[in-house]
Amino acid sequence: MSATAESNAATKPPVKATAAASRLWGFGVVALLIILGPVVVYPVLLMKVMCFALFAAGFNLLLGFGGLLSFGHAAYFGIGSYVSAYAAKAWGWPPEAAVTAGTAAGALLGVIFGVVAIRRQGIYFAMITLALAQLIYFVCLQVPFTGGEDGLQSVPRGKLLGLVDLSNDLTLYGVVSVVFFLTLLLVSRIVHSPFGHVLRAIRDNEARAISLGYKTVWYRLAVFVLSTVVCALAGAMKAIVFQLASLTDVHWTTSGEVVLMTLVGGMGTLFGPLVGAAVVVAAEFYLASIGSWVQVIEGGIFVACVLGFRAGIVGTLADFGRRSIAARQGASARAAVN
Amino acid sequence: MHSIFGIPTPALFGQLLLGLINGAFYAMLSLGLAVIFGLLNVVNFSHGAFYMLGAFTGWLLLAGLGLGYWWALLLSPLIVGVLGMAVERLLLARLKGLDPLYGLLLTFGLALIIQGVFRNIFGVSGLPYGVPSQLAGARNLGFMILPNYRGWVIGLSLLVCLATWLGIEKTRLGATLRAATENATLTEAFGINVPRLVTLTYGFGTALAALAGVLAAPIYSVNPNMGADLIITVFVVVVIGGMGSILGSIVTGFGLGLAEGLTRLVYPAGSATVVFVIMIVVLLVKPAGLFGRST
Repeated sequence: MSATAESNAATKPPVKATAAASRLWGFGVVALLIILGPVVVYPVLLMKVMCFALFAAGFNLLLGFGGLLSFGHAAYFGIGSYVSAYAAKAWGWPPEAAVTAGTAAGALLGVIFGVVAIRRQGIYFAMITLALAQLIYFVCLQVPFTGGEDGLQSVPRGKLLGLVDLSNDLTLYGVVSVVFFLTLLLVSRIVHSPFGHVLRAIRDNEARAISLGYKTVWYRLAVFVLSTVVCALAGAMKAIVFQLASLTDVHWTTSGEVVLMTLVGGMGTLFGPLVGAAVVVAAEFYLASIGSWVQVIEGGIFVACVLGFRAGIVGTLADFGRRSIAARQGASARAAVN
Repeated sequence: MHSIFGIPTPALFGQLLLGLINGAFYAMLSLGLAVIFGLLNVVNFSHGAFYMLGAFTGWLLLAGLGLGYWWALLLSPLIVGVLGMAVERLLLARLKGLDPLYGLLLTFGLALIIQGVFRNIFGVSGLPYGVPSQLAGARNLGFMILPNYRGWVIGLSLLVCLATWLGIEKTRLGATLRAATENATLTEAFGINVPRLVTLTYGFGTALAALAGVLAAPIYSVNPNMGADLIITVFVVVVIGGMGSILGSIVTGFGLGLAEGLTRLVYPAGSATVVFVIMIVVLLVKPAGLFGRST
């Protein structure tokens, strides 16, 4: 999409160096917020933010870097959530095994649905992914293992590797933080790898990528599956943190929510989805008193973002930063000439 | 003959009728969606919300002004159509030249707003809307009992679909519309006011959705969520039928409705998911859709 094309246009060495530096700064700020956060904010709320931030980061991998808008990512988030909750509750699996099972289930679903969905692009891709997610919603509604309308409640948090008791919120917070941070590093690595660059080339000009000899279909499938894996991991962790997997996780409103988070934060940016998730989760938390009007507000934010704020929070900040750097460089160049 | 393939005939025809009714709504909604997409390049996610608005406008006309079903059938599409035109002028027109995905996101947000507001005002339990007295009762067709109102819905929706198809394929206005769909810049160069055409088209599409809403009101209850659930199935119709084809969306709409009805008979648990399974099969076999040109 156009906003992201701008942010990736600059690849000259000095700018690249600044980009790497600002990325490092970004990770530093995230780490600092993770460490200092629990002092100010309720840890469970922060864990919710991290789970949804991962969800949005996985979604953004597909939208921002693959150029594919999925309107059905709740399916992978939800399957991750249900499978991990079921493994922990019914089979008594330890949390690390339950979360791995949930993530694997999401990956498997991602492969199957990916093969179907990537046959069409653009608008159709969005509609197909939405329909596939609705299929999963109806399946979850009907099969017995999901607990139907009740969902899976009071999922045990268990002991990590049989040693660390996760029932304490702060202990769990530490574990979730580590998983969150490592996954974020992984996403960053994917985005800045040669693979990530090919993805962007395909997004910006598929015909050219094909003529350069890239099998674009495989790249598209690969990014789809990677994205679903991250989202399933987010869902699986969410089930352990909140000890709950429910139909909300697979409902289309959740798919819409992750789109909103990414849009607000800035699609195609590494930290945008994090900021967006924080904003949306915080808004839902603090606006809980006005109940169902939250959805109206979310709709309003959608409209406002599309009309006037397409780069999102992080995208706008990055543009601003780049412009001021360019202005400074221009000024020093002029000074050298004079 | 009291059974076909072991299925009692009244049950078979009953489900086929229900399938046709659902199919009529799928067809009318996907038709509007296809017409809008053709000219605006926007997938109108708020189509379901406009369908719901149509039903609610009918209900409000009755509750507030005492205007009955026939007035609603006329006024509700007009009111919602005007609203749609305002939406196009004020919001969608600003997205011209951007990636079509932004249109999808904008109309999604709009749907959230409209549905959220109605949910807050009217709750989710649904409001009853009676069948008009002229269409009450049922007639015996020999092999089944057909409630008059259901026959009317199927007949009228077929008529509307046919009229839309003829209007687009055979009239001068339709030819202009097709020309603008094919090449808007060139059409504008011939002195045709394309922006106005775009606004009218969006208004027409939303009016069609509202008409479907009024037709649906006596069958399903008037409910703020009625469009949200339907729109996803309508998207499936559009994916299978291909958005380039008007006839394709009509045939697919009715076909999927029938497929749902038959599934409810043979394997009731699968009736909610069958359309999605059909979509997967079609995508695997013929990715461009049954009637679509490859994109």
